[in-house]
Amino acid sequence: MSDNLTLPEQQGTAATSSETLLEVKGLTKHFPIFGGFPIKRKVGAVQAVDGIDLTVGYGESVGLVGESGCGKSTTGRLITRLLEPTAGSITYAGQDITHASRRQLAPVRSEIQMIFQDPYSSLNPRQTVGTIIKSPMEVNGIEPEGGREKKVRELLELVGLNPEHYNRFPHEFSGGQRQRIGVARALALNPKLIVADEPVSALDVSIQAQVVNLLQEVQKELGIAFLFIAHDLAIVRHFSQRVAVMYLGKVVEVGDRESIYNRPRHPYTHALLSAVPEVGIEDEDRERIRLAGDVPSPISPPSGCRFRTRCWKAQDKCASEEPPLVQLSGNRDGHLTACHFPEDPTTQRDEDVVLDPALKVLEEHASED
Amino acid sequence: MTTLTKTEGTPAPNGAESFLSVRDLKVQFSTEDGIVRAVDGLSFDVERGKTLGIVGESGSGKSVTNLTVLGLHNPRTSTVDGEIILDGKELVTAKEKELEQLRGNKMAMIFQDPLTALSPFYTVGRQLSEPFMKHRGASKKEAKDRAIQMLEKVGIPQPKVRFDDYPHQFSGGMRQRAMIAMALMCDPDLLIADEPTTALDVTVQAQILDLLKDLQQEFGSAIIFITHDLGVISHMADDLLVMYAGRAVERGSVREVLHEPKHPYTWGLLSSMPRLDGDLDEKLTPIPGSPPSLLNPPSGCRFHPRCAFKDEVQGSLCSDTRPPLGEGRASACHLTAEQKQTIFIDKIQPRLR
Repeated sequence: MSDNLTLPEQQGTAATSSETLLEVKGLTKHFPIFGGFPIKRKVGAVQAVDGIDLTVGYGESVGLVGESGCGKSTTGRLITRLLEPTAGSITYAGQDITHASRRQLAPVRSEIQMIFQDPYSSLNPRQTVGTIIKSPMEVNGIEPEGGREKKVRELLELVGLNPEHYNRFPHEFSGGQRQRIGVARALALNPKLIVADEPVSALDVSIQAQVVNLLQEVQKELGIAFLFIAHDLAIVRHFSQRVAVMYLGKVVEVGDRESIYNRPRHPYTHALLSAVPEVGIEDEDRERIRLAGDVPSPISPPSGCRFRTRCWKAQDKCASEEPPLVQLSGNRDGHLTACHFPEDPTTQRDEDVVLDPALKVLEEHASED
Repeated sequence: MTTLTKTEGTPAPNGAESFLSVRDLKVQFSTEDGIVRAVDGLSFDVERGKTLGIVGESGSGKSVTNLTVLGLHNPRTSTVDGEIILDGKELVTAKEKELEQLRGNKMAMIFQDPLTALSPFYTVGRQLSEPFMKHRGASKKEAKDRAIQMLEKVGIPQPKVRFDDYPHQFSGGMRQRAMIAMALMCDPDLLIADEPTTALDVTVQAQILDLLKDLQQEFGSAIIFITHDLGVISHMADDLLVMYAGRAVERGSVREVLHEPKHPYTWGLLSSMPRLDGDLDEKLTPIPGSPPSLLNPPSGCRFHPRCAFKDEVQGSLCSDTRPPLGEGRASACHLTAEQKQTIFIDKIQPRLR
């Protein structure tokens, strides 16, 4: 069954996102928690990802944003099948790979590659750069024209490294250069989809732009689809055509870039955008929303809408009924929001929303003086 | 709410005299590979009640500078030259005993990672009370009252109950709040915040930043705010110091530095950052190369190997001579003022919008 997985040659052609490359439906991952003595029993579960729907088209770049612990990295690992999903389905190029066996997965694995967050721990310190980039080809038994070493040198050049660095070790490189090695390794198998899990957040500001530009070139020139996972909203906006916002294991809002950043509807998207510190934007120009507390624990998430415990619009309905991810009236096609009481599609607001109790007290004091 | 009275002289808000003054600070570490010049001739001033922001990449010496101010460097492996004057008192030559009197009392620090900065063996309450008992000679009861009051102030729910909790029972944002409460226990005149929100999520970061700002207005402390995030600094600081490879390259008010930057490194930083409202078709303009090793830093201007404008300077000035950083609003660069003006208007400003 696996032979028919080989895709038509997509590389080099203009990116078309009309066709679906990857489709995720109701994807769920619960990590069990064991406890008790003497026999350990399952006492609960971390509901890291709880029923998300997502599609990635051919050559499309989709951003996945959210705070730590919202399940965005778990989603990435489920899609690359580094983790086994608890429920739901993953369809890659028309093929259901949700519970595919190792053998069934083998041809797909080479087409879905991953770039990791930490360039220091994702490269084997005992292997040379050449070995690191070569090994995916060896594992998959791929013999490129002119030999593997030639291919590696080409890849090194493609990602902006000197081909003569073939025999060097990772410690001889800086953080940005290491991340380039990670990119070269992901490109070694001509993938159709790259899952990039926070690829630049471990890098210095001046280096981040270098890697973002490299990824963007790779995406455009080779027509590779990207699932770009990051917490930095500005970088995601720069990189992705479509963006999905996650909160506590759920996708709360998804849409094209312009809709999410300029016409957000979900209160959490509003809060997230207003919290980003920006140079050059004066405070008065933007809405100011300050939530209270931290994200609740995914072990026992709130009933109904998961954001309701931190939401300023929450009502009884939010606790009893989970809002479906639907297209609201006035939204563009593909802009879906999961909220019972959506906000206006703007990023401006007359009055600040301050939920944090300490801030409230301090600011009331200040205004009284 | 209980009013917190300042025990020491109230700060002069107009503060003509600088409260902390660092002059020509040099910090060197000897390592197996050679001498690392982590900070090389740094001078800055902090006024009372004002916030000085220090930005720079990792390894630019911003954290080392502030550990040295607090006297937390290891005296066996490091040598410190220059002057650090806090409120008329010289700190570089001060004895450990004297520094102990100041730390946690007159100057306090908020660390980046609250989980490693708080001790896992003691309750949060005990860690908060300790400096107050030590410096103010307060009884256990008084210290506890004060700690509960501070915990409430920073927005920890049920402070009386949480007083007896251990750090691991707090969430990340709450731990950072507890750290802030701890730093403010003795009402310090100088607060050093070393990347206090880097480990936090954006929505929590926004809460903590606003909290720090509001607390500063109430307590009137001077703050040194260290970060690599220009967005954060633009909301927090009054004055800004940009550091590169152990040296200050640009200084001025936040508005001046971020809206009319004068140093090629600051230009590079600003144009390599994507913005929420920026042009989408515009490619990011990264700074080429990577930060230098401080074991063997470049000669002359330390930024010259990565500088896009070094050809505009006559001769080999950039690689031979260290550009001086003047007083007040200044940038350490050999380009003339007119050159900077034209380059900024022609090449940099279009990228920023």
